[in-house]
Amino acid sequence: MSAKELWTRFAAWVNGEAAPAARFEKEYQPKHSPLFRRKPREVSTGQPKTYEVWFYRVSAVLASVALIGILLATVTRLPLHGTPGTPDQNEVAERYVEQGLEETGAVNLVSGMILDYRAFDTFGESCVLFLTAMSVFVLLWNDKHSLPPKLEAERKEDDIILAEEEMHLLRHAAHFLTPFILLFGIYVVVNGHLSPGGGFSGGIIIGSGLIFYATACGQKTVSRFFDRKAFYILNFICLAIYAGAKSYSFFLGANHMENPIPKGIPGAILSGGLILPLNICVGLVVACTMYAFYALFNKGDF
Amino acid sequence: MKEIASLLAQNHILAASVILFGIGFVNLLLQKNLIRKIIGLNIMDTAIFLLLTSFGYIEGRYAPILVSTTDPAQVEQYVNPIPTGLVLTGIVVSVSCTAFMLALTQRLYLRYHTLDIDAILMMVRKGGN
Amino acid sequence: MLPFYQNIPFFCILLSMVGGVITSLICSPRWALRLHLGILAICCAANAHLACILFRSGESFTYMLGHYPAPWGNELRAGPLEAMLCALFALVMFLCVLGGLEDIQHDILPKKLPLYYLMLNLLWSSMLVMVYTNDLFTAYVFIEINTIASCAIVMAKDTGHTNMATIRYIIMSQLGSGLFLLALALLYGITGQLLFPSLRQAIGLLDTTGNYALPLTVLTGLMVLGLAIKSALYPFHAWLPGAHGNATTASSAILSGLVLKGYIILLIKILYQVYTLPVAEKSHIFDVLFVLAVIAMVMGSWYAMKENHLKRMIAYSSVAQVGYIFLGIGMGTAAGMTAAIFQVMAHAFTKPLLFVSAGELIRVSGHHKQLYYLRGAAHRAPLAGVGFTVGGLSMIGLPLLGGFVTKLFLAQASLELGWQNLLAFGVLAISSVLNALYYLPVILLIWTHGNPLKEELDSGLRQAPCRSKPMDFDLPLPPSFAVAAVCLMAGVVFLGVFFNPTADLIHQGLALL
Repeated sequence: MSAKELWTRFAAWVNGEAAPAARFEKEYQPKHSPLFRRKPREVSTGQPKTYEVWFYRVSAVLASVALIGILLATVTRLPLHGTPGTPDQNEVAERYVEQGLEETGAVNLVSGMILDYRAFDTFGESCVLFLTAMSVFVLLWNDKHSLPPKLEAERKEDDIILAEEEMHLLRHAAHFLTPFILLFGIYVVVNGHLSPGGGFSGGIIIGSGLIFYATACGQKTVSRFFDRKAFYILNFICLAIYAGAKSYSFFLGANHMENPIPKGIPGAILSGGLILPLNICVGLVVACTMYAFYALFNKGDF
Repeated sequence: MKEIASLLAQNHILAASVILFGIGFVNLLLQKNLIRKIIGLNIMDTAIFLLLTSFGYIEGRYAPILVSTTDPAQVEQYVNPIPTGLVLTGIVVSVSCTAFMLALTQRLYLRYHTLDIDAILMMVRKGGN
Repeated sequence: MLPFYQNIPFFCILLSMVGGVITSLICSPRWALRLHLGILAICCAANAHLACILFRSGESFTYMLGHYPAPWGNELRAGPLEAMLCALFALVMFLCVLGGLEDIQHDILPKKLPLYYLMLNLLWSSMLVMVYTNDLFTAYVFIEINTIASCAIVMAKDTGHTNMATIRYIIMSQLGSGLFLLALALLYGITGQLLFPSLRQAIGLLDTTGNYALPLTVLTGLMVLGLAIKSALYPFHAWLPGAHGNATTASSAILSGLVLKGYIILLIKILYQVYTLPVAEKSHIFDVLFVLAVIAMVMGSWYAMKENHLKRMIAYSSVAQVGYIFLGIGMGTAAGMTAAIFQVMAHAFTKPLLFVSAGELIRVSGHHKQLYYLRGAAHRAPLAGVGFTVGGLSMIGLPLLGGFVTKLFLAQASLELGWQNLLAFGVLAISSVLNALYYLPVILLIWTHGNPLKEELDSGLRQAPCRSKPMDFDLPLPPSFAVAAVCLMAGVVFLGVFFNPTADLIHQGLALL
């Protein structure tokens, strides 16, 4: 391209006839008209070139190999795994282990840590769950009107199959097993401060019990006792209790006031101050959210 | 070289988690299928959780759930509870993000009937909605 | 008992989170909007009050979240700078929502509107925490809330474009959070701490003894990389134009004006409170950021010039403007940081002004975003035209407007430096010229006469989208937009005129960070 041609194109572009990108197009004809008279150009929709694809692949592999190399080099300099005396064995861990029971009333030190010492993180975490459930709602919540007709037909067909087919074994199994699954989930939630488990794991168990029941007996059966409204209200109540209880204790702590909530006898089910009610709230939120995910992914409504 | 190898062998869990992270990263970059990309991200997250939990672990110590409620607990008896708690939080966050991404993927699939990200990109450019 | 004002940061966070939860029960979009705007107004007033008190007394304080002090429990930390930034962010977010109200109602289904405001509430609470936090892991959790909420407000306008933009956005963001979490894990492995003050002691110790030097360098790189991906520094900007250019106007304005800044403020806080500038200097992270910023300032403008889609053009301009911020950070000096934070404030007013005005110009041109159809749009919506002109001129760097002062401060700050000096001067000049080359033609275009869409409709080349009623080009000026545009313009001019007092405040605040 000669210098003069470049200059005319630049001048044309300053006059507003074309963006410089037009340079890369085949049919480039400057028009003698002021600013942006040209129609919006088609965005190229063609396949990327082969060499571009290969360049991308090779550079991706190289980047990953470099990343692994750097991280492996880092690993050789890190404290040895599994030996005492690593930097994380400091005063923080010491206090959590040695005074955890006395200060939080929880036998399960992890529960005590996430629901008492570092409760704000956990509050944020339940908000993540809540927010995600709501985002999935925005994405997948379909009215009967807004579904594409083909999809709606498919889903209706599924319902009919589910209603007509006599899945005796599955249904009996579901009727028999679901109460036990739910009971186990509740046990894990309620004993969160005493044994392994807690709100999150127990909530997942309850949620999967509900999902199992819904798969076997149809979502309609579940929506008799757990529908969208119940989901909203339960979620709201749990998060409101969580926020209220925790902000009360944050406020007291920050203002250096005594915590009036009794800790109870260590090891008893009614102990650990706020940990038990918080675990129940978190468990319910998680169970609701998990079931909501299933229902929305499956049918777009419940 | 030998020295580095022996150091890596001693820190084999950390090394494994780092390699796992790299595998997830490659998957994220190279896969065209959206669901596989999301699985790549999940592998990356899992690798970080492995790294984090292994920092707190010390051989021969109990999980941080008190054995007895009457004896005073000694820090030498139990594994550090902090990484476990952090991983618990991290897992929930990662689950939420995965659910969100999968919901988006389903939405795109219902609209364009494919999971190939390049194909979807082309259709988006061509057809507007 | 603490004095009451020390409770303000926590109460604001709690208010916006509980507000978000309550919004899930509200069915009426109007009430959800009122609740959201009320929360923002209260947060703005409360934080402004806090900033006044703290500037007067020259102190900063930590707020225990629970009964356990620093290394054991979560903490918030508030200084005058944080309070001022939060007040400003609340104000800008309020104006963004007001300015984009017409488009929100046009783009989003009515039954999903309350959920949109719910996302905005949670987004706002996460912004507050990212500015106020004193704990690295809390920062991570709220970064994730911020990511999901910002993706959700992009995809609330449910088209193929926005869904695709959202999936790219969230994949890149998740990569960023993954790298941040990896850095956090490594940092925990070598120090065993998570709170900023304890981390700072531990890192200071590591720095003097020279232990774990390699892991420290690597994790610093990973952490900065993670936050740079999320704030769209140049080579990691690929998700930005789609997400910011296709979302509804209010979302674009909030994402460009505020969300990017949240991560940058967090980065500055980490650099100041965890590493301290001299320690960070040793890992050469500032040099890397400086070079990337220089490239970003040129390339962002270059891509913006090639666009003929108005909102994507403004989005690419954000890439260049984020480059300005990182240029200031990359200088690694107090003066550079002052310039960077000034740019955060100036851009927080200018970019929402541009997006909001562009949204209005697009609305009066039959919702066409191509430049071709925008000819004469300023005559159809004069206030939006003025707003776009002011914003564009500020980006170019006309004196008396915010953008000019940033360039001035950056140039002044670069005088102290060695090899970066000439480079900074050169790139500031080039970037200003490039900004002029894409903003001026558009400003001229919207002020020339004509209405291409009407011409096409009249000549029968194009059918009206709705056949029953003819397209209306004489739309009345929405009062909410008028308020937003006037206030944002006032903000841009205020920063351009009263820059010395503002810079003094920033300087004072940085000393207390």
